[in-house]
Amino acid sequence: MTDAAIAPLLVAPIEGPRVTTERPLVQVTLIGVAVIFLVLFLLLPLAAVFVEALRAGLGTYFAAITEPDAVAAIKLTVLVAAIAVPANVVFGLAASWAIAKFEFKGKSVLNTLIDLPFSVSPVISGLIYVLLFGAQGYFGPYLQSHHIQIIFALPGIVLATIFVTFPFVARELVPLMQEQGTQDEEAALSLGASGWKTFLKVTLPNIRWALLYGVVLCNARAMGEFGAVSVVSGHIRGKTNTMPLHVEILYNEYNFAAAFAVASLLALLALITLVIKIGLEWRYADQIAASRRH
Amino acid sequence: MAASYGLGLKRPSAIPGFGLALGFTLTYLSLIVLIPLAALVLKSATLGLACFWDTVTGARTLAALRLSFLTSLFAATVNAVFGTIIAWALVRYRFPGRRLLDAFVDLPFALPTAVAGIALTALYAPNGWIGQWLAPLGIKVAYTPTGIAVALIFIGLPFVVRTVQPVLEEFDRELEEASATLGANRHQTVFRVMLPTLMPAILTGFALALARAVGEYGSVIFIAGNMPFISEIAPLLIIIRLEEFSYPQAAAIGTAMLMISFGLLFFVHLIQAWRRRRFGND
Repeated sequence: MTDAAIAPLLVAPIEGPRVTTERPLVQVTLIGVAVIFLVLFLLLPLAAVFVEALRAGLGTYFAAITEPDAVAAIKLTVLVAAIAVPANVVFGLAASWAIAKFEFKGKSVLNTLIDLPFSVSPVISGLIYVLLFGAQGYFGPYLQSHHIQIIFALPGIVLATIFVTFPFVARELVPLMQEQGTQDEEAALSLGASGWKTFLKVTLPNIRWALLYGVVLCNARAMGEFGAVSVVSGHIRGKTNTMPLHVEILYNEYNFAAAFAVASLLALLALITLVIKIGLEWRYADQIAASRRH
Repeated sequence: MAASYGLGLKRPSAIPGFGLALGFTLTYLSLIVLIPLAALVLKSATLGLACFWDTVTGARTLAALRLSFLTSLFAATVNAVFGTIIAWALVRYRFPGRRLLDAFVDLPFALPTAVAGIALTALYAPNGWIGQWLAPLGIKVAYTPTGIAVALIFIGLPFVVRTVQPVLEEFDRELEEASATLGANRHQTVFRVMLPTLMPAILTGFALALARAVGEYGSVIFIAGNMPFISEIAPLLIIIRLEEFSYPQAAAIGTAMLMISFGLLFFVHLIQAWRRRRFGND
């Protein structure tokens, strides 16, 4: 095919002189490679989840997501996220207030440390709490003598989830608040507002969309975390199994239809997350600092 | 607060709440991240240096670490090449479905890893949608190291696309025009003017994808087959050691992996410092 023959196939190649773009044949090839790669590696797996989930029919599907162990897993997942996400929101707000509104020594070190959990393997994120609170861990004997259970129970799952979702809120807020500076707050303070009032009425409205953005990403990871939670949960059916762990158990029992049915709920959560994320990026691009820069 | 003024650690400011905010931040950071990570290093130190070395270089551990690192290296390389092409197509060309595909690039960040793992296994199993076409060709993907690489490509793709995309969007078109004016053909402009400018971003994305892949667990264990010495990744070996109650051994493997990740992180910082020196503060 000649370039002239291919040109009409392109819907609207970027305007401009020929010298700063590729020949139509090259363009079509690159677009083709990109589309095929994305379909093969991203869209097909997503489609597979829903097809496999519905393969055995709607009856089996609904039975799988309403049986008691599945319901218990869903409840636990929601509970864990309901504790971990607000905890990281409070941390994110405190950290970004300290880092963005003040100049102090060691700031860049602190900034680096906040991102640390992202570079730690999920399995290690669970392992560290087992080493601290497990039966043979540093605090194990003390906890046992006081009948406090952290590992293989809710507190351990919450701790591991908080660890893996630790940076999400802070990393959205810090760059945005640094960009916004301190003038608004200084104006409010000089007009007589208290510190808390300034934070609630001036700072919070300024960062609300970036905060929501961070919360949505944090929540998706909190509900979907597998490796870290798997290490600390103990896999007690109906008790310490979150949704991803329930998927694993069903899958390993060769109960594929049920495994994919529960997995489809998580995939749905991922899709909702993506929709909210894209919506926020399109509407409030100027108010979401980190997304485009990272 | 008064104390930090006295020590001169903080520049005076009219904004209140520094003590509370920083105090809470440091306490929370220490309790959740720093102390637990210190426990890991401390526990592996109980082995003593010689024993630590024996654990980490034991045949099975070494095989697992090597497998994790090599499959991750392969996946990150594939991602660097195709991620750059995808970023290029998304930024430079207009075609139907572009914005939808752009949105889907973040799917691996949003989709729980266990879900990705069973979905990829279903696709690449010998009777799966893709596996059934590869099986007659004698290509086995699921339950082999190739399957591990496939899962790691899935996990790492957004890192490269999302680091290259903004740099490409802000690329100064006058540079391309200047290059063309000076007689370079398009091939020369792309490979000798544009690619060197994009290289720091590509390398950063590559290193981030690599760091993520080395520690990845959820999406891999379903498709890997998990045969010791063949398809057993390092994170899985940590879990196996934990289930045997060999805490120090688990901690030693964990520490070794942590050192690999921090090495990669340091590499990213070096690239970014180099980029700032070379291309100005951006």
